Amino acid sequence: MDFHLTKEQLLVQKMYREFAENEVKPLAAEIDEEERFPMETVEKMAKLGMMGIYFPKEYGGAGGDVLSYAMCVEELAKVCGTTAVVVSAHTSLCAAPIFENGTEEQKKKYLPELCSGRKIGAFGLTEPGAGTDAQGQQTTAVLDESGENYILNGSKCFITNGNVASIFVVIAVTGKITDKRGRSLKEISAFIVEAGDPGFSQGKHEKKMGIRGSSTCDLIFEDCIIPKDRMLGKKGDGFKIAMKTLDGGRIGIASQALGLGEGAVAEAVKYTQERVQFGKRISQFQNTQFQLADMHTRMEAAKYLVYSAAMKKQNHEPYSMDAAMAKLFAAEAASDVTRRAVQLFGGYGYTREYPVERMMRDAKITEIYEGTSEVQRMVISSHLGVK
Amino acid sequence: MKILVTVKQVPDTSGKVAVNPDGTLDRASMQTIINPDDLNAVEAALKLKDELGCKVVAFTMGPPPAEGMLRELMAMGVDEGVLITAREFGGSDTYATSQIIAAGIDTYGIDDDDIILAGRQAIDGDTAQVGPQIAEKLHLPQVAYAGEITKNGNELTVKRILEDGYMTIKVKTPCMITCIKELNEPRYLSVGGAFEAYSKPLVTMTYETLKDHPLIDKSTIGLAGSPTNILTSFTPPQKGAGMMLEGAGKETTDKLAGILAAKHII
Repeated sequence: MDFHLTKEQLLVQKMYREFAENEVKPLAAEIDEEERFPMETVEKMAKLGMMGIYFPKEYGGAGGDVLSYAMCVEELAKVCGTTAVVVSAHTSLCAAPIFENGTEEQKKKYLPELCSGRKIGAFGLTEPGAGTDAQGQQTTAVLDESGENYILNGSKCFITNGNVASIFVVIAVTGKITDKRGRSLKEISAFIVEAGDPGFSQGKHEKKMGIRGSSTCDLIFEDCIIPKDRMLGKKGDGFKIAMKTLDGGRIGIASQALGLGEGAVAEAVKYTQERVQFGKRISQFQNTQFQLADMHTRMEAAKYLVYSAAMKKQNHEPYSMDAAMAKLFAAEAASDVTRRAVQLFGGYGYTREYPVERMMRDAKITEIYEGTSEVQRMVISSHLGVK
Repeated sequence: MKILVTVKQVPDTSGKVAVNPDGTLDRASMQTIINPDDLNAVEAALKLKDELGCKVVAFTMGPPPAEGMLRELMAMGVDEGVLITAREFGGSDTYATSQIIAAGIDTYGIDDDDIILAGRQAIDGDTAQVGPQIAEKLHLPQVAYAGEITKNGNELTVKRILEDGYMTIKVKTPCMITCIKELNEPRYLSVGGAFEAYSKPLVTMTYETLKDHPLIDKSTIGLAGSPTNILTSFTPPQKGAGMMLEGAGKETTDKLAGILAAKHII
């Protein structure tokens, strides 16, 4: 295995670091406190090609690769979990399924808008009654009498980028099918919905524990009419598209978790060398040294899993299990490492004066969204053939 | 029309500065960055490119790893890089450096509507000499300390920012302008730019390329061609922290007078 970054990857990594430090870090505490979406940062990232990193130039993308995208999310998350997930959800959950499943017309219509950042993307799968059990979809899409339009009814919840997005990939039930064993199953399809489509509305901002600047809301479909050419992939492909989209999304969230953990280690290394107790810098105590060594080691291990999954996706190798392992490991490592960072900071770590409490709150979501850690274990064990 | 920008890789002075026994900088052991003022020159060139669609070429003299800096500039939008590199050029002071870069620029070719931009000065030597010396050796008009540049046909209007005011000067192309940080805010390299950077053209000029140019002679280049002799390099002692008094009234001036008197200055 080659663990060396290419010259191009080293260049973009340098830019991401400077950008994160100069443009993202100064806003991180404020957007968390005010629960404000960082639109000004999105505009800056758009200019630099960060909203369409691994899509080809012919669709308005930057012509980069999947690892460069993962590194972007990682570097942003080192200083701000919110900004990182904006890029991740937009890229992995909206632009990617359109790029991978869309018709040429759909790709030409939507990808330049998404990659240029003129429009933000989101993905609607989760419903109040269909979280981990994605088959439990209640939202329906029915062809109207003219046979030209689909009518969507139902609602989606916890949609990342929900209130700021204008292009949505939405999963809905289009009928019933019978599987090989004769069981009746829901036929699930994917659609592209645009903000402003009649009968479509976005709900109120969800107040969250972490990633508080990220826009999270319900999507509501009340006889929402969309032309039938908005179907993404073939009728009945929806579940497959959703699962494949989540495989890719997990690389983004694993990168976010990786960045959050690494950011917390960096803060802890700095702080423990400044804080004096008992006449010594607390970094001189062996407990601190061992904690930091363990924290760094966990994040480095996470990094190799995340980068490996990104490279497999780039090389069109199977990566579903790799993405699940990367997300499982990175998310649990991030939660553990950020919690330990707060402990090393002591009382100050519990205050909002320092960023580690925010990192700890932000890290928790990485164990939950785009498949909980339990779902990742289900995915991994099923790849092992365990029944 | 094209814009030529001279750039330099300099030691990152936020890290550790190392000096060779002969007093020159031990560049090999130090992290490098693109000289900050040069980035303002590059940004000025790229702004003109955005406006006029002209080609931007970055010139540098340095060891082969300086290619990395040129690629980074290409990722920002520079179209082509010229790397002037040879053992014979090593140890050059500002006189010898400007001799070599002027020969490189002249060999590359300057048209009547071209502009040459340079950063005001490099943070390693702080001489602010190389840009003006290149202009002299190429017999080009020069305007130093540009804080604003506007182009109108083959005429540029440049606002020079000086310590005690500013001066607006009109100059015809081809010309040399040295840029200061107040001129603009350098852009970040872009993701798309990074993935194109290594496929953009890079010209390497060696001693062989330039040896027949009238400016190049063994006595005018390298350590032997450098009139500057470094006696010693050292880190200057830190000045004590200054004291700021704020206020406009007599109370403040009395306080100032009191402090000066206490120190037996007045």
